[in-house]
Amino acid sequence: MITELGHFALVLALAVALIQATVPLIGAQRRNATWMAVAEPAAVLQVLLLGFAFAALTYAFVNSDFSLRLVVMNSHTDKPLIYKIAGVWGNHEGSLLLWTLILAVYGAAAALFGSNLPATLRARVLAVQGMIGVAFLLFMLLTSNPFLRMETPPFNGDDLNPLLQDLGLALHPPFLYMGYVGLSMAFSFAVAALIEGRVDAAWARWVRPWTLAAWVFLTIGIAMGSWWAYYELGWGGFWFWDPVENASFMPWLIAGALLHSAIVVEKREALKSWTILLAILAFGFSMVGTFIVRSGVITSVHAFANDPERGVFILMILAVFTGGALTLYAARAGALEAKGVFGLVSRESALVANNLLLAVSCFVVFVGTIWPLVAELVWGRKLSVGPPFFDAAFTPFMVALAMLLPFGSMLSWKRADAARTLRPLWPLAVLSVSLGALVWAMQTGRSAIGPVGVILGLWVAGGAVTDLWMRTGRGALAVRLGRLVRLPRADWGKATAHAGLGVTVFAVAAMNAWVVEDIRTVREGGSYPLGGYEVTLVDVREVEGPNYLSTMAELRVTRGGAEVATLFPEKRLYPAAGMPTTEAGIDYGLLRDVYLVLGDPQQAGGWAVRSYIKPFANWLWIGAGLMALGGLVSLSDRRYRVAAGSRRPVAVPAE
Amino acid sequence: MRRSALLAAALAAALAAAVPASAVEPDEILADPALEARARDLSRGLRCLVCRNESIDESRAPLARDLRLLLRERLVAGDSDEAAIAYIVDRYGEYVLLNPTRQGANLILWLAGPALLVGGVAVAGTYVARRRRAAEPETALTPEEEARLEVLMRGNPGG
Repeated sequence: MITELGHFALVLALAVALIQATVPLIGAQRRNATWMAVAEPAAVLQVLLLGFAFAALTYAFVNSDFSLRLVVMNSHTDKPLIYKIAGVWGNHEGSLLLWTLILAVYGAAAALFGSNLPATLRARVLAVQGMIGVAFLLFMLLTSNPFLRMETPPFNGDDLNPLLQDLGLALHPPFLYMGYVGLSMAFSFAVAALIEGRVDAAWARWVRPWTLAAWVFLTIGIAMGSWWAYYELGWGGFWFWDPVENASFMPWLIAGALLHSAIVVEKREALKSWTILLAILAFGFSMVGTFIVRSGVITSVHAFANDPERGVFILMILAVFTGGALTLYAARAGALEAKGVFGLVSRESALVANNLLLAVSCFVVFVGTIWPLVAELVWGRKLSVGPPFFDAAFTPFMVALAMLLPFGSMLSWKRADAARTLRPLWPLAVLSVSLGALVWAMQTGRSAIGPVGVILGLWVAGGAVTDLWMRTGRGALAVRLGRLVRLPRADWGKATAHAGLGVTVFAVAAMNAWVVEDIRTVREGGSYPLGGYEVTLVDVREVEGPNYLSTMAELRVTRGGAEVATLFPEKRLYPAAGMPTTEAGIDYGLLRDVYLVLGDPQQAGGWAVRSYIKPFANWLWIGAGLMALGGLVSLSDRRYRVAAGSRRPVAVPAE
Repeated sequence: MRRSALLAAALAAALAAAVPASAVEPDEILADPALEARARDLSRGLRCLVCRNESIDESRAPLARDLRLLLRERLVAGDSDEAAIAYIVDRYGEYVLLNPTRQGANLILWLAGPALLVGGVAVAGTYVARRRRAAEPETALTPEEEARLEVLMRGNPGG
């Protein structure tokens, strides 16, 4: 019964979305306040209906209702409760329901917190949001209904893919979706602004928090996925340039560009039409991502729920929305005249460079991702585009970005003095390069990635600190420290996020350059050296988990006789899904992770054991965490909460 | 019909994964560390043909193991890196290369990024140049806005 109510709620939500997509739009055109006012209750009603549908599906999963096809395919009575709940979105249909629910939540948030928006803009934003809702609800009801029943319910389910039975991965999709779908707000604002024919500082001020929130969620989601790959896939890789990873990375890059260009619109009323274009593209790439994941057109380790028919439907949604928005853009963008004037050396120019590099690097990822498809369709060539291409083609843009960042972020608006901006940065530049040279000298015979990572990482992170310090102006140390504490949160957020990027750049380089690897056969009781450590295989035993069987090794790691850690890497078999997984044994540390993986028993006796020292692995997650934290701190700046209210035609003067 | 085919495929995949094998096994490693290092390096650039998106260096599939052994055989036989790769590409096709060639249409792939950067720099350059020349717009406030500004200036600046 609850299932049927959930199904019915979905149909009702579609009806409400249809009303939300049309009535307020017409109302805004005719300046009819009553019609425009329909948007708000419609948006709230949608959340309630979709929230109910989602709760109904969760109820079915938690109670293992095997009359539901989706529950049969993705759940099992022996599964721990948390993974029963995670099973709701660990599949195509359920994840789509989560997608639409989050879309509705954003819509309702815009309705409830957007009371200070001009009435027509708000009505149009909510109408566009409603249109996206219509498209995805139709998609769900027509091709991917989560509430389908079985004719003959089986006794038990097929179990969720064991790889997904992991806390990190259980939370990874919701965060990614909050990011993807958050970009729909930027899209709706962009389309609404095009319809209104007006983009100004106030518009940018409304769009920026939504984009920032979406970007923060994307950052967290991507980092979680990467962390999961690191500890779960069994050899400590954290990024594979897999099509599905790229699918989340492209919106992240474009959202990053959009964040920065919106600042220029807000402060200087320039780059308006470019910002609108980025907002359209950001959500476009979110949908491209959905298409890539859900159609399975580009095969990847993630394609657990692919189906070409669904792919065609998503492609149609993509074509209608992106195509429609771009057509509107072509027709109206000319009307958005820029106001701000700035010199060649200025913050504006630096942000243009930032946008250029981010957009081009996103384009490189895009081309690399779809190239196998294009090559096969056009030339009949079956080829692969793998990590070596992306490493070679993408990295230079990030290096350029990192080199420009500290300098660009300290330039003043309108007209800057390059020499004066560089003055406080010189010591940092000298320090970075000399530390890089020192590392280069110490690590004879290894790749240049490590030293370059040290230089860039220190340059960017140190640059962020310098930037913050220079904001305190002149005066005695105590006075400046006092000012430092009182700096706006936006400044702190900017510095934190930039420092996070620096830490991430360093960690990526360090992990690639200085990893220590050892593969060997070890007998129980045997030991071997690893880096500066000594590892002993104490024993290997069979252990039974709640819904899996495990072969668990006990490995003791010592250094100079003193115990560092005892690790228990496992090989698990999930009988219900008939799938094995590896669970690495990891000793996390600030400077290195000791990463041990149990392989197979060898014919001559003993076990294959793979061991790694992963230098600075934790810095990767810390860096990503700092970026997300920076975004959150910036989001909490009171300017967004207080001053976002009124629409003033005057640009905020340059700082 | 289609469902049963899918099911069979899923089953086959599950079985293939269940075969006890994992990435580079101890018994595969060559005695000569220099040769082994070359083999590892090259196998990171070769795709496991039955996997979704893994190099033969990471893959646990039996086919990946066969390829790793084949590659090592060629290196032990004295092949250069290029010759060993060419040997494998001859037998398994271009699809096996994770690093796409720089020939023919693939030039578009490699040059797409740099080309867009050059184009983007040109467009951005023109834009910035135009912004430099553009005259500072007059701050045109309507009378209502002037009045509102007055109120704001007199009121609490923080509010």
